[in-house]
Amino acid sequence: MPEGIFCNKTPINTEEQLKATLGDKGGKQYYEEMNHLDVDTDKLWSTIQKTMKSRTKTWLDICAHCGLCAESCFLYQVNGRVPEQVPSYKIQSTLGVMVKKKGKVDNAFMQMCMETAWSKCTCCNRCGMYCPHGIDVGVMFSYLRGLLYSQGFVPWELKIGSGMHRVYRAQMDVTTEDWVETCEWMAEENEEDWPGLEIPVDKVGADIMYTCNAREPKHYPEDIAEAAILFHVAGENWTVPSEGWEQTSLSMFAGDWECCKDNVLNVYSALERLKPKRAIGTECGHAHRATVIEGPYWAGRPDGQPPVPYIHYVEWLAEALRSGKLKIDPSKRIKELVTLQDSCNYVRNQGLKDVTREILSYIVEPGYFVEMSPNKEHNYCCGGGGGFNGIGLYRAQRNVALRKKMEQILDTGAKLVIAPCHNCWDAIRDLEEEYKIGIRWSFLKPLIIKMLDVPEHLRPTEE
Amino acid sequence: MYDFLTGPMLWATFIVSFGGLLVRTVMYVKGLNWQLDRVAYRPNMKYGIRGGVRSILAFIIPFKARLWQTRPGFTLLFFAFHIGLLVTPVFLEAHNVMFRNAFGFSLPALPTGVADGLAWVCLVGGLFLLLRRIAFPEVRILTTFYDYLLLVISVMPFITGLIARYEMGNYDFWLAAHIASGEIWLLALPFTKLSHVVLFFMSRMQLGMDYGIKRGGMKGTDMAW
Ligand code: SF4
Ligand code: SF4
Ligand code: SF4
Repeated sequence: MPEGIFCNKTPINTEEQLKATLGDKGGKQYYEEMNHLDVDTDKLWSTIQKTMKSRTKTWLDICAHCGLCAESCFLYQVNGRVPEQVPSYKIQSTLGVMVKKKGKVDNAFMQMCMETAWSKCTCCNRCGMYCPHGIDVGVMFSYLRGLLYSQGFVPWELKIGSGMHRVYRAQMDVTTEDWVETCEWMAEENEEDWPGLEIPVDKVGADIMYTCNAREPKHYPEDIAEAAILFHVAGENWTVPSEGWEQTSLSMFAGDWECCKDNVLNVYSALERLKPKRAIGTECGHAHRATVIEGPYWAGRPDGQPPVPYIHYVEWLAEALRSGKLKIDPSKRIKELVTLQDSCNYVRNQGLKDVTREILSYIVEPGYFVEMSPNKEHNYCCGGGGGFNGIGLYRAQRNVALRKKMEQILDTGAKLVIAPCHNCWDAIRDLEEEYKIGIRWSFLKPLIIKMLDVPEHLRPTEE
Repeated sequence: MYDFLTGPMLWATFIVSFGGLLVRTVMYVKGLNWQLDRVAYRPNMKYGIRGGVRSILAFIIPFKARLWQTRPGFTLLFFAFHIGLLVTPVFLEAHNVMFRNAFGFSLPALPTGVADGLAWVCLVGGLFLLLRRIAFPEVRILTTFYDYLLLVISVMPFITGLIARYEMGNYDFWLAAHIASGEIWLLALPFTKLSHVVLFFMSRMQLGMDYGIKRGGMKGTDMAW
């Protein structure tokens, strides 16, 4: 069977293709075409031979089939502990079989793999901490997603997502003009309350280059304004690039390896162009993982680091509070039970567990912060990670996945959840929408702004 | 028969087994790829080694890793089984006699009572590992014939050894069976999943390096395994 019009092995590279695929509402035709899509078994096997190195090979080989990873997976827990949700089973029955059969698999098998890879694993890497052999099933699922993507077996939304990155270099259709305009608009909008507020674009040699998640200019531009306000109050010399401002990578979750590289190089070239002392990314775990943790490897940087020190927003915030650049008015501290969502993508994947707690020590009245259990690197995924949030086809499964976070939050008794990660934030919002447990959720920026002790000279002059 | 099994066959077994394991170790390291694995091994070797050692220690010390704490029953069985499996053959008096004859040196030997005890612990541990494969759905779904076969290959030397030791039945036969099954076990090491005797360390080391380098170590926070 030939490839479909929408569902095929070719990535979306033009705006035209992108709009056409978007026009196929809910991917109806896309999924219909997928039923007839051929598997290029020779190419699949040669890709495996070229890219599957000793780590993955050994993991598949020596898995002791002991089942110890079962309980570590939140999807196993919330799905009635059915054995089909055991991490080892999920990967052995997909990638394991694909390798055993030397790539000779059919359409039905690939569709089963797709369902498993995107609806039964969020690549949260938690199981990797619990396997005695050090087998990280999340890592292997990321790999499997790449193989599936290259054969066209990828959920419609993620095909579009990586297409967006290819066409606009942003996960949404935000162009350079849109972005720069949004920055100007936000600066004007808030000038009155924050005299002297600026969002400097393309300033060379600033101390900080700030980058964000395309959802911000698209859907919550106030987030950019909030970042600007905090940098302003802290007296930072900062800038945003006109190109290379978007640090997320849906292509990472789609398995579009080529696109991952292209996007991160775009951000790095902004760093080379503007030569800031360091870069700071927004409150987004997935963006941080893409640009700072995985990105250097896609870009082929042998030291595994971005071209300049690149930190997550929580690291900057903790530093600004610690050094007194930002001061909190003690009377405005949070005086209600509050809990914290540890994002897998920068906690389990980069160890940023203590800085967030340090921030809370400044903004929460002692005694009001309740930890989730488990927490830090043992925390569970919010339920919407790895692209799960955005895939309509698996909405029902995603809603079940949210239950673990719901239980964890309910157990704390807190009504306010701080989620310094876009994706976790979205998942917790959806969780409230779905289960109505009466909670509120917030990024750090708006909370901090409300509590700031603003120095006299930065306040608006009274009329 | 005895002479053959303890003579040329033993030598061949040692060479194939240890040589094979060495090959697997070397191949593992050679097959690592910093860019595909997303770990900058070389430039951050110090962080890597530190993370790797932490990772190995967490899992070879009973009850150290969170996993071992969450499953005390399994942990006991698991360590009993593995300690019995590894310690008994090396420090057994009878094996040491053989060693002395062959190489002219020997290791300190365990008192017979302790050695017997360890062998039994290993057998019972093995039995429970087998039962749990049947009893728990999350393990049953993963288990294949191959897993049972490997378990049998691993405990066979102990079963035959104990029979010979208590002189049940024909001693010479059971002794030969014991030696043969021990050699089968050794030969299986490099070619089967039993290669985890060395690959466990490699895989643990690798993931530990990953955590030590990019997943926290360089941020000054050690991951709590
Ligand atoms: S815990 Fe590790 S070795 Fe055991 S079944 Fe799971 S992946 Fe395999
Ligand atoms: S990575 Fe997370 S979601 Fe995937 S199998 Fe492991 S624990 Fe489950
Ligand atoms: S959405 Fe949040 S909790 Fe879920 S995998 Fe991503 S970072 Fe982790």
